[in-house]
Amino acid sequence: MGALEAVILTIITASTPLLLAAIGELVVERSGVLNLGVEGMMVVGAVAGFGAALTTGSVAIGVVAAMAAGMLMALLFGVLTLSLVANQVATGLALTLLGLGLSGLMGLSFVGHPGLRLPKLEVPYLSDLPFIGPILFRQDALVYLSIALVVAVSYVLFRTRIGLVVRAVGDNHGSAHALGYPVIRVRYACVAFGGACAGLAGGYLSLAYTPQWVENMTAGRGWIALALVVFSSWLPGRVLVGAYLFGAVTILGFYVQGMGVGIPAQFLSSLPYLVTIAALVVISKNRLLMRANTPACLGQSFVPDR
Amino acid sequence: MRIELEKRGEQARFFAVASPFIAVGLMLVTGAILFALNGIDPLEGLFVYFVEPLTTVWSIEELLKKAAPLILIGAGLAVAYRANVWNIGAEGQLTIGAITGAAVPILFPDWQSPMVLVLMLALGVLGGMIYGAIPAILKVKFGANEILTSLMLVYVAQLLLDWVVRGPWRDPKGYNFPKSISFDGWQILPNLPGTHVHIGVVFALVAALVLAVLMRRTLKGYEVRVLGQTPRAGRFAGFAPNRMVLFVFLLSGGLAGLAGICEVAGTIGNLQPSVSPNYGFTAIIVAFLGRLDPIGAVFAGLLLAISYLGGEAAQVSLGISDKTARLFQGILLFYILACDTLILYRIRFVRPRRLKEGSAHGRA
Repeated sequence: MGALEAVILTIITASTPLLLAAIGELVVERSGVLNLGVEGMMVVGAVAGFGAALTTGSVAIGVVAAMAAGMLMALLFGVLTLSLVANQVATGLALTLLGLGLSGLMGLSFVGHPGLRLPKLEVPYLSDLPFIGPILFRQDALVYLSIALVVAVSYVLFRTRIGLVVRAVGDNHGSAHALGYPVIRVRYACVAFGGACAGLAGGYLSLAYTPQWVENMTAGRGWIALALVVFSSWLPGRVLVGAYLFGAVTILGFYVQGMGVGIPAQFLSSLPYLVTIAALVVISKNRLLMRANTPACLGQSFVPDR
Repeated sequence: MRIELEKRGEQARFFAVASPFIAVGLMLVTGAILFALNGIDPLEGLFVYFVEPLTTVWSIEELLKKAAPLILIGAGLAVAYRANVWNIGAEGQLTIGAITGAAVPILFPDWQSPMVLVLMLALGVLGGMIYGAIPAILKVKFGANEILTSLMLVYVAQLLLDWVVRGPWRDPKGYNFPKSISFDGWQILPNLPGTHVHIGVVFALVAALVLAVLMRRTLKGYEVRVLGQTPRAGRFAGFAPNRMVLFVFLLSGGLAGLAGICEVAGTIGNLQPSVSPNYGFTAIIVAFLGRLDPIGAVFAGLLLAISYLGGEAAQVSLGISDKTARLFQGILLFYILACDTLILYRIRFVRPRRLKEGSAHGRA
């Protein structure tokens, strides 16, 4: 295996969790809800997925458990912000703090256990092709799923009636309500979808990226996913590009470190966070673009008047 | 069954006062259930967690030491959140404050004078302020979301601390342990007479009082509230939203920096890879539990300090992980936010109504 091939393979594994979490949050934000609890949902997904796979011996059950855990966390957020109109920013933070505490407790007995690894799927014949074979045709199911999700979300949001309703709810919940669309129910569905994606992203970390459980193993990836949604100006295709760019930056940091360059490891480790800030600044500077694409009701609570 | 909200004509006075207490009550009930599920006598569990820390002089002193940073940061965040500015990077500002303050004893280990302590505290505050100014400036100049930038900077600050204590500032006689030289003399915060509690506690109380006066009695406090609640009205009144963002970030960042240097110079006594058990994040809960009021933050800070101590005690005497403390804290914040709904709304549980055919028109 060539060096370039190895680099690209690791970039794909590093980018996939970011992509999964970000594409879910994109749908949530398109419906006008700002769920800052991605990190919390992810970390609970990671521990639930790892634990379920370890106890049942089935990676598939682990993946489903990760999604379910993320979705449950998201529904908790939904009850507070959608039914009880609690402040979305504060509730999202609460979800993250709760998730970090809960996962630490749930994962106590898993620390130090080697876990199960998600198998790679091989496309017959094609996976034997040099270079592109291993990169395109020998990945685990979630890598393919993450790409498929981007295509599906893009199609549904911009080419179907359901997508139009979601965007209407996110851009003007008052009008959507007046037209008879169930604003709260649409938002619940989107929040649940986002939670499942975040849980899946966490599951990817503990079942594929590094098959083990380490406390706080999400290490801010949920927050980076949130920044990616802003960076993409709420467009699914750009989330894909953004996630892979961030994955590449993280991995190149590791490789530079491995080459023994005289830069302290901590500086290279802080690179993804600094790049996130830089990306946010660059994209936010373009206020016209931001105003055109930001869902107009993002973060606002909706109480139907009856 | 569905939940329906009905807006109250005005804020409910009763719930405005009672909601934090209801939230704490609900958390205690949840805690009792969790203990029972784990085969622990619920009453004994709650006693160990929330009462025992108040029964000995030693533990009360520990409690005050843990409450000090929570109150310092929580009071500052309360003001920021009132202004609708979301600084969630206090943990990073605390870390930078610890580093800049500790620079004095580490770079000039032999310098002993009251000036050392003053300089340490001043540099700690300044470090926190400068670090807090970064997300503020990025927001004002470029419109970058302060929630995300301030949070990202937490990771950067922690990595910076990790680097200084393993690299340039490592104690050469420290057997390669990742820590700085130990501070002594004027490099350490003095204790209150007759106790083992450092004077950081006094700073916390003074800060909370000053901020309470600021919020209640000054134009600046009024400006914070107006810009936080109705930014449009604030602009008409001639208040500058951008200056407000910078002001609350400098304020909350400076207080977090002070908390950081107090931890290092008071509680720990040297610089280590980790200088805070997530005080910066727990202080977010403190701010909300205190109903975004600096005086409220004092009581909330004390309560959350109890949960830290209770977590440690429970690990020893009940054999459960001290991580339950973080779970309790997270649950508490959820209850607080849910209870705050009661202030503005009446909650009704209604059975689903059957819609007439005609009214379903236009549904997807």
